[in-house]
Amino acid sequence: MGKTLAEKILGSRAGRDVQAGEFVIPTVDFAYAHDGTGPLTVQQMKAMGLEKIKDPARSAIFLDHASPSPRLEHSNDHKLLRAFCKRTGAILSDIGGGILHNVVSEKYAKPGDVIVGADSHSCTQGALGAFATGMGSTDVAVAMAFGYTWMRVPESFQVVLKGNLAKGVYTKDFILYFIGMIGANGATYKALEFLGPGTKNLSVAARATITNMAVECGAKAGLFPADEQTKLFLQEHGREKDYQELAPDPDATYERKFEFDLSRIEPVVACPPFVDKVKPIREVGEVKVHQVFIGTCTNGRLEDLHCAAQILKGRRVHPETRLIVALSSRKVYLDAMRDGTLQTLIEAGGIVAGPGCGPCVGVHEGVLADGEICVGTQNRNFEGRMGNPKGFIYLASPATAAATAIAGQLSDPREFL
Amino acid sequence: MTIRGRAWKLGDGITTDHISPGRFFHLRSNLPELAKHCFADVKPEFAASVKAGDIVVGGQNFGLGSSREHAPIILKLTGVGAVLAKSYARIFFRNAINSGLPALIIDTDQIREGDELELNLATGQVKDLTTGVEMIAPPLPPVMRTIIGDGGLVEHIKKHGGLKLDG
Repeated sequence: MGKTLAEKILGSRAGRDVQAGEFVIPTVDFAYAHDGTGPLTVQQMKAMGLEKIKDPARSAIFLDHASPSPRLEHSNDHKLLRAFCKRTGAILSDIGGGILHNVVSEKYAKPGDVIVGADSHSCTQGALGAFATGMGSTDVAVAMAFGYTWMRVPESFQVVLKGNLAKGVYTKDFILYFIGMIGANGATYKALEFLGPGTKNLSVAARATITNMAVECGAKAGLFPADEQTKLFLQEHGREKDYQELAPDPDATYERKFEFDLSRIEPVVACPPFVDKVKPIREVGEVKVHQVFIGTCTNGRLEDLHCAAQILKGRRVHPETRLIVALSSRKVYLDAMRDGTLQTLIEAGGIVAGPGCGPCVGVHEGVLADGEICVGTQNRNFEGRMGNPKGFIYLASPATAAATAIAGQLSDPREFL
Repeated sequence: MTIRGRAWKLGDGITTDHISPGRFFHLRSNLPELAKHCFADVKPEFAASVKAGDIVVGGQNFGLGSSREHAPIILKLTGVGAVLAKSYARIFFRNAINSGLPALIIDTDQIREGDELELNLATGQVKDLTTGVEMIAPPLPPVMRTIIGDGGLVEHIKKHGGLKLDG
């Protein structure tokens, strides 16, 4: 019987033929945690009496959520994690290295991998054809110590994409539209497999915006096949040898099937305070915006910055609006510096923060004031998400964010292109 | 095992940011202190007045959002005996079991704030002693029954020296 991508990958790592619904113990190719979840991973390893990491080259800790540390408590967590990496040999990505998911995509994830991360957006790695999912700190501690985990093989939804996105419309608009349609628990426990001719022109960066948000409709994983785009991405990052082609079998069994014509998608936003409250921008009405945020594991890649810079070039951010940009990795920082993107963003009136999660998680760098409204490119707009339960967050594409920064109110980017 | 306590009723879509707000992120290595801010924005009185054995009652998609295992851990630290909801987000559900916090799936519409509840974890029976309503929650998958039976994932690993989930 034909296999889905999820069944193929989990079967290969479990060492046997598997089907959706089975419980398996797959080997783990890469396990990671960050400065928010990592201290608990360290504590739980100690509680379990585990000293060593099975394969330090496949385990990593990222200091990215409070980077650089704004408080002594974070500083002490960073100290603990640095010492853990030194003792166990696990990879340390210190402050300035970048956001965990983006760095894992750039340096470590490969098609066919099973990857677990102590962060819900670990599903991002599905953009490279890896089965990747978020877990808690203790599960990741077990994966680091033993090199395996347990999983239920999920049923998959087939999401067939056709056509190409129109000018001014991005994969962020598509995934928000999809989540709005299916709901915040519409794919709970399932794997989303994005297939079809419409995927061929989507770069790994564009795909990663989609897989990053798979968890926002409850999915365990979001996957693309590994194809020429994957190969190109790995080549660009000096990892061509990590490439293998990967696709589901034509006769694989899917629990549900969806089909979308990408050319019909239009710019949308997710309105506060839930990711599935999605509306076309034209239906939202006038929204005065105090802060615009471009960055995060969802939309902090070079392509995203280019898309914002294209709109901001030669224009100025509205005087009553602030624009904060936080880059996803050191590589993106350097690339955007060298090609002039940073200069464009700064000349337009933006502030560029270092690589990291920054304002998205409400830790520092851009906490909203009472009653303020932010349009941001992140993946969550929950109550209190940006550090203030009295702040309001609209989720959008980098182009919509840039257009909004100029106009000072929520704006359709197509009017600026 | 029987758990008895008052119901703390919440609605649909309770996020991990509701359970453990991100602005208290710096307290994550100080769990007893973090627990004082549990539900700070949705039930500000919760952390100070919850009693051992009390039961948190949610609606759909309870625990959606981040992978922070601190969410079920601080619920447990406040004394919460179990969580009941119509459905759960998967990472929270897995983390709850790993933390040794029972999480049962039932139709919570029939439970009101402050009702006295009694849960039998062996049978999945939920009794609302205030209204007399009785319900049965579906059993957990065997893997999760094993983990919670051992007292959570840490205890499971200590007991078996690795994952031992085949029966």
